[in-house]
This record gives sequence, C-alpha cells and structure tokens, in this order.
Amino acid sequence: MSSSVLKKIRQAIALAIFIVFCAIFFDFRHLIPEKYFDIPLWFQFIPSAIKFVTLGTVAGLGFLAVLLLTLLTGRTYCSFLCPLGILQDLFSRVGGKFKRRFKRFGYKKPHTILRYSLLALTVLVIIFGGIYILSLLDPYSIFGRFATYFGKPVIMALNNLLSGILEKFDVYTVAPVQISLFNPLLYIIPAIFLLLVGILSFTKGRLYCNTICPVGTLLGLISKISFLRIKFNESRCTKCGRCAIACKAFCIDFINKKIDNSRCVECFNCLKSCPDKALSYGFTTSGVKKNIPDTEKRKFIGGLLLFLTGLSVKSLSQEETQKVEHKPSTVKENKTCPVAPPGSTSIENFTSRCTACSLCVSACPNNVLVPSITQYGLTGIMQPHMDYHKGFCAYECTRCLEVCPTGAIMPLAPEAKKLTKIGKAVFIRENCIVETERTACGACAESCPTKAVHMVPFIGNLTIPETNDEICIGCGHCEFACPVIPYKAIFVDGLSAHTAAKKPENVQTDLKHEDFPF
Amino acid sequence: MYFRMKIKRKNQSHMMKRRDFIIKSAGAGIAAGAALSLGGYKKLMANAPENQSYDLVAVMGGKPEAMFDLGIQELGGMGKFVSKGQKVLVKPNIGWDRTPEYAACTNPALVKRIIEHCFRAGAKEVYVFDHTVDNWVNCYRNSGIEKAAKDAGAKVVPGNTENYYQEVSIPGAKILKKAKVHQVLLETDVFINVPVLKNHDATHMTCALKNMMGVVWDRAYWHRNNLHQCIADYAMYGKKPVLHVIDCYNVMTKHGPQGVSKEDVANLASQIITTDWVAGDAAAAKMIKLDPLKVDYIKIAHDMGIGNMNLDSLNIRRIKI
Repeated sequence: MSSSVLKKIRQAIALAIFIVFCAIFFDFRHLIPEKYFDIPLWFQFIPSAIKFVTLGTVAGLGFLAVLLLTLLTGRTYCSFLCPLGILQDLFSRVGGKFKRRFKRFGYKKPHTILRYSLLALTVLVIIFGGIYILSLLDPYSIFGRFATYFGKPVIMALNNLLSGILEKFDVYTVAPVQISLFNPLLYIIPAIFLLLVGILSFTKGRLYCNTICPVGTLLGLISKISFLRIKFNESRCTKCGRCAIACKAFCIDFINKKIDNSRCVECFNCLKSCPDKALSYGFTTSGVKKNIPDTEKRKFIGGLLLFLTGLSVKSLSQEETQKVEHKPSTVKENKTCPVAPPGSTSIENFTSRCTACSLCVSACPNNVLVPSITQYGLTGIMQPHMDYHKGFCAYECTRCLEVCPTGAIMPLAPEAKKLTKIGKAVFIRENCIVETERTACGACAESCPTKAVHMVPFIGNLTIPETNDEICIGCGHCEFACPVIPYKAIFVDGLSAHTAAKKPENVQTDLKHEDFPF
Repeated sequence: MYFRMKIKRKNQSHMMKRRDFIIKSAGAGIAAGAALSLGGYKKLMANAPENQSYDLVAVMGGKPEAMFDLGIQELGGMGKFVSKGQKVLVKPNIGWDRTPEYAACTNPALVKRIIEHCFRAGAKEVYVFDHTVDNWVNCYRNSGIEKAAKDAGAKVVPGNTENYYQEVSIPGAKILKKAKVHQVLLETDVFINVPVLKNHDATHMTCALKNMMGVVWDRAYWHRNNLHQCIADYAMYGKKPVLHVIDCYNVMTKHGPQGVSKEDVANLASQIITTDWVAGDAAAAKMIKLDPLKVDYIKIAHDMGIGNMNLDSLNIRRIKI
C-alpha cells in the first residue's frame, strides 16, 4: 500500500474516533442512546480490562482485542483508538505551527527507567492497594476528565450563547443549560495533567505516551514483537534524516538504521516523509535478535501477568472492608457513609473498579453525580458520588448504569433500579420548617417517588414528614428539595453495601361522583 | 375596567367566528347535542337567567376536549378572553416526569384544545411552559404536553434556567413581596392557567392557585416562608390569569402531587372553568371530598379579596354530558 495512504487512513480513523469520544462526553442534552456508548468504549484498554475482571464477560474482552491488535500491528491503539493520544497529535500539530519541526523532533534515547518504573508502580499498587495510580494514569480516563471538566462547560457556554441569541428572535428550540461547576479543588488533578500532557505534546510529540503512560509502555513491550512494523530498506536509505524529523515519538535512529518499536505509535508520518521509500510498513522477516535474550520482553510478560493477577486479586478481595472517610462532625447532616450510584452494589466494589473517567458525571441528566474529594477517602479522589445538594437520582433514569465502561456501575433493569436501596432518608425534626415555624412545607414528601417520605397529621391543618425505611431507596430527592438552609432537615445517609427496598404498596382509589359535589 | 370594555367590544366581532367554530368542530357539536338531549341542560337553564355571566362553569361526563368546548362557550367563548393579534401564555402543570395516565400533569388533550381555541380567537402566538420539579426535558416529553402543544401550533418554552426569570414586585403581598417570574409571562398579553387537580401531601390539594409555583424561579422560598401565605400572596401579582381551566378528568386522589401508581387515580371526567381561582380551588377541593377550609391558602386568598370561596353566593353553571 502506498505510504501516504496509510497516514491518511490513520488520520481519518483517528479523527472519527476523536469526534465520537467528544460527542459522548459533550452530549449535555443526552441525545445519544446509552446503548451506543458501549461500541467506542469496548476498545478502551484499562476500562475494558477492569470490566473483564469484574464481569468476566465478552463485554470486557476489548482489552484482549487491543493486545492482539498490538501483537499484529504494533501500537496502532495509541494512534488510532486512544482519545488522549489523538488529542496529543492535535496539540502537536498546533505546536508544529509555532516551532519548526526539525528543532523539535529527531532521535532521542528512551527514558527507560522512568517508564518501566511507572508501569511497575502502577502494577504494584494494583496488587497491594487499589487502582489509584491506574485511575490517575489511564489515558482514556485522563481524556474523560479533560472532556468533562474543561471541554463540556465550554460547549455548554457556547450553547447558552446561541440560545440567548435565538431567544431574541422568539425561537426557543435551543434551550439553555445550567452549567454545574464543582469544588475548585477537583480541577487540580485534571489541570495538572492537562498542563503536563499539553506542554509535552505541544513541544515533544508523544513523549508523554512513551514515558508516563502505563498503557503506552505496556503496549510498547508487545509492539517490539509485533508482526507488522515500520522497517528500513537499508539499501535505499540515504541517511537524509527526514524520517527522524517527522517522527513524533523520537524513535527513528536513522544513523544506525534502527527503529525503537517499543516507542513507535504507528502514525506513518515517517513513511510519507521518506523521499527514497526506504521505510515501509510490513511483516518483519529478520531474525537477527533471536539469539539475544530479550530482557524487556521477559519484563513485559512478567508485567502483564502481574497486571492481570493484580486485577483479579483485587476483585476477589471483596470481604476486605474499605475505610470510608467520615464527614466532619461540624456538618449537622450526619452522613456516616457516602452514597455510591445505583448498580455499584457497594462502596468497596465501586471504589475498586472506578477509574474516575467521569463519563457518568457527564452523562447524568440531573447533575447528581459529582466527583468526590474525600468522601471515599483520599485514594478515591475524583471517583463520583451522589451529591444530593446538587441534584437527585431520577426514579426512571438508568443512564450512568448503562454508560460505565469499567463495570464499577453495573447495568440494572429499570424496575430493579427502582428497588435498589443506595441509602436511607434521615429526618431531622429539629430543622424542619413545620416544627420550627409551624407553617406548611412538605417539599420532601412531594418529591419522594415511593412515598417513603410522607406527611402525617401534626397541629391543626398542618402535616409533618415521616420516613419509611423499608421502601426508601435513597434517591435523595427529599434532601435536594428540602428548602431549609444551611443544614437540611432531611438527608440521605449512604449504605456501604446496597440492598433491595420493598416495593411500595398501593390500593385503588374508589372516589367517584354521580353529581357535582358543589 | 378598560379590559372589560375591550372584551365587550371584541365580543361582537367574534360572534360569527365563535359560531363558525362550533359548527366546524364536530366533537363539540356532538357533545353539545348530547348535553341538550339529556335534559340536564334545560333544567339548569331554568335556574340561571339568560345572558348572565357565570362565575364558574363545571362540566362532567365527557372527554377533556369536549368538556372544554362546552364550558368555554358558556363563558362567552375564548374570544372573550383572547383578542386578535395577542400573545397568549397557557400554563399547564408539567411538574413531574410521569405519563398522562398517572394524572400528575395536566391532560395533554385539554392543553391542545385550549391552544386551538386561542388560535381560533385570533391569538398571534401561544406559549407553553412550566418550571418543572423533575428533569424538564423528560417532563415535557413524557407528560405528552410538549407534543400536544406543538401539534396545536404553540411554542414550547423551557423554564429550567434562572436567566429566564425576572424579578417583579407583588403589591399587597404579606410575605412574598418579590418574586422572579418567567419572562414569557411578562412578554405575553393574556395568561391562561390550566392546572390539574391533585391531592397534595403538604397543602392537602394543589390546583389553580398553587399552579403558580411553576411560573417562579425560587419555590424553596415559598416553602421556607409560610407556604400557604406565599401561595395566596402570589395571586396578588398584577399579571393575573384571565381564565382558569381546571383539569379534573383524571384526578390523583392520594400520594399527591407525584403519585406512586395508577391506583391513585380516579376518573372523575370533570372540568371546572372559571375566572375566579379561589372559587375554582374551593369547587375543586370538593371534587376530592376535601373541605376547602382545610386548605389554608384558599381561606387566606379569600380573606385577601383575591376571590370568593363561598360557592353558594356564586353564579355557577353546571353541565352534565
């Protein structure tokens, strides 16, 4: 195949994938049906691996497909499928306009110690602690956080601008949206990564992918033995060095006519740059290195095994109790446990599987899913929890359950979700308007979809709330609706392990009129 | 006063139109015929002198559209309330993400018919909105009201963001002296209130007066500061609905205002059309076997002179189909 066609194919696929990921994260109107989310997410390496370990189903086999793809074609995942990789290519492209290409690229030695140390650290932490480092470094999740915390608000602001303009012409087809911003602390981690990834890609191409990204390093180990790879036709090469300048991975040593395949991301820029067609992408035939023991390959196999065992060890150790940070006692609503979204089954399961990609935060139509700061403990930073001061979990909605790529939130049938108890309402009578002001309110009871919170006779015509634990599912609408400030008179305390609520009972009303009652 | 004179003047020119409309609208014709043939019509006529304007018209036994066709005719037709070229706001209750059979929101067929009457009366534009409790997109869609309103040619306006709301002062109010109301309310000429009658956990019932909680931004303020007084206070605001069409077709008799299941709903197949919302609420209370005196805001509104809750002293037209 002609060399320039390969690059064009890469660009076209990458652009399509990038647009798809932007669409699913920026879809603030929730127009894309949940079922379509699975398709692009299936290929995301880390989420898919976690899902596989969690569920053990075909739904989680995407990571194996990526491993096979890498074995066959090299690190095409990094150039074609990884949204963070594609984003870096875009940054790099813009960077190239500012700085002349030959000053930026060329052959450089790999940061071997750093990259393998980071991979080892990630794996070790998975084995002994949890997925904290993995959550921080998973490229898909990093992209997700950029999209959710920086991209989506910009898109929504543009929408509101457009809406405001159309409204002047009496057109209401574009509705404005409330942009929900989070605690400023929550922007620190994504901002650090945006700076890191942004600056590195702007000036140094794929340096981030080849140094920090554990997925890049892992796939790099496989791509060393991949069937298809970039190779030199030594007789044709004139050592002009154009390929090295075109290489954003700094991996072409044109003097020695060698390519570091562990760093090559199969972008095919070099193929196009070579005037002598000395570079090609095809099956490797040489067995030169066969007799030399490949230590890195062994490291890779060991690493991969550790990685997989680490994940499975983690998934089997569910009895181990996760320490949950308690809210400071100054808060009158004494929450003893955070509320994890329905489908996550327990705080422990959720925190051990969620990579904080924030897709559920983006997808939630009611803005109730909010990244946590210390609710799950410091190690769970950025993992979403239900913040009932920001919103409530809509009774009919199952969107977060459908979109989660890692299985941290698992799908439930709508009827099962309506009976999943994720917390319980606690009424603080001393805070309640009806008790303190002796005026009517009932905002909590009117919001309750199951009537677990209902009003009982009080003084005169007044009624006061009462809760029924058996049918309360912990959706938080009561807490959200409670008008009392600064502390609510009703709040939902999370359950560390979710249970099943009873179905609300009801009897047919017999009201009818033969004639007007007035 | 000016408004009334204007109405009378307009009335003449709309006579023909109204008649045309009734002839054209087959559903109404049949319903009217049915009402006449049942005899109840004549009996009621004997009690009420001809050409008298009614304070309240109650209809029972038909579909929401047919009942409205009959009822509005008794009040002099929509042309009495909407003049040519005017912009109209029709405000149903779309508060909950529930399908029509739960009766948590106003009947979509009724909303549609009211909008059609507005256009027939010459309305330039009809707007529909509500500040919903549940996610507004789902409420608008699942209540069936968005589609019904659009089918009838109305503009469906969102009410989900604060920038739509502008502060107004409410003279005569005791507590709710200021409120932020939706700009569509301020920009339209005629305001028609289309509540659905429901049981309500906290105020015992929700209907015409309480439906105004959906035109303001900050409802929590009402809840915090004497809910009943605030409901009555809001009714003092100058931009009042000229007509209240109370949907009592399917009525949530318990677990209101959201309802748990269809078991909460009784098919009362009724409708109350009135220009006095206190009277409307008092009559509606009786429809769910509730003493109006048990609903504090009705009494407060009555005492503030907003309307008349003493149904005995009102000129009520009752129609059974």
